Amino acid sequence: MKSFEELMAIKAKMQDKVAVRQAADNTIRVVVGMATCGIAAGARPVLNAFVEGVNEAGMAETVTVTQTGCIGICQYEPVVEVFEKDKEKTTYVKMTAEKAQEVIEKHIKGGKPVTEYTIGATKL
Amino acid sequence: MDEFSLYVLDITMNSVRAGAENIDVSLKEDGEWLTFTVKDNGCGMSAEQVRKLSDPFFTTRKTRKVGLGIPFLTMLAEMMGGHVTIRSTPAVNEETGEPDPDHGTVVESVFGRNHIDFIPLGDMVETVKTLIQGSPDVNFTYTHEMPGGKVELSCAQLKALLGDDIPLSNPEILGWIDGYLKEQYAEAEEK
Repeated sequence: MKSFEELMAIKAKMQDKVAVRQAADNTIRVVVGMATCGIAAGARPVLNAFVEGVNEAGMAETVTVTQTGCIGICQYEPVVEVFEKDKEKTTYVKMTAEKAQEVIEKHIKGGKPVTEYTIGATKL
Repeated sequence: MDEFSLYVLDITMNSVRAGAENIDVSLKEDGEWLTFTVKDNGCGMSAEQVRKLSDPFFTTRKTRKVGLGIPFLTMLAEMMGGHVTIRSTPAVNEETGEPDPDHGTVVESVFGRNHIDFIPLGDMVETVKTLIQGSPDVNFTYTHEMPGGKVELSCAQLKALLGDDIPLSNPEILGWIDGYLKEQYAEAEEK
């Protein structure tokens, strides 16, 4: 059974890191639409892929993954927006967990947006 | 939506957006019925708003003109011989204009478990984690009562243990929550 002792061990391990975390300037923000439209279109696994992928990449200190409500382009859900400091926002549409992994690899880690998944590349 | 846990996620998000600090999510499997209840201390709704909730063309949001959360839930419940009941107390009393400390909303929904249209429960652990990841400050409680046992989680309890410096949305904490819930499910399902 997962014990509360185990939780306290994670706490002890992390307390050293907290000071660093607060000082770090978060440079990338990944926002996943999680309203009814997003959830119905499959946003939950997409969000999960970003949370786990960012953590596995060891980038949890500088990349935050957050949720938002309906952005208003429900037909393109799951929608993911990536905000980077001093750069234009990237809007990814019709996302999947697999595409999310690719975005982490190429965009979040590599710095180059995956243009083919962006709203600009979608026929309106 | 093809699994029940997505409905739970969607309906509970309403409580998050109502600015609730405490949100109790519970599932109870009892005989032929599954009861899903969300209770929050959010801003609540007026009687007029509650009445309009089942109308898909009613929504308070500005980004689109339809609101499908409650209509979807109602459709699913009624398909399975069940129903949805909503009780809400607005933060400000409509008649007296006084603040009401007991504000909040309760959404109770009942589903026939043996009905042929019953959809898979799906990944409840993923739903709970998604809620906590998105709103680490909210005190969620989660209870799932099954014939073989009970799965429980209290965010307030975890926060008391962890202190203020470590948010519940931290990936390592979410990982612990994942294991904690899955082990409880495994134990309950064994019986």
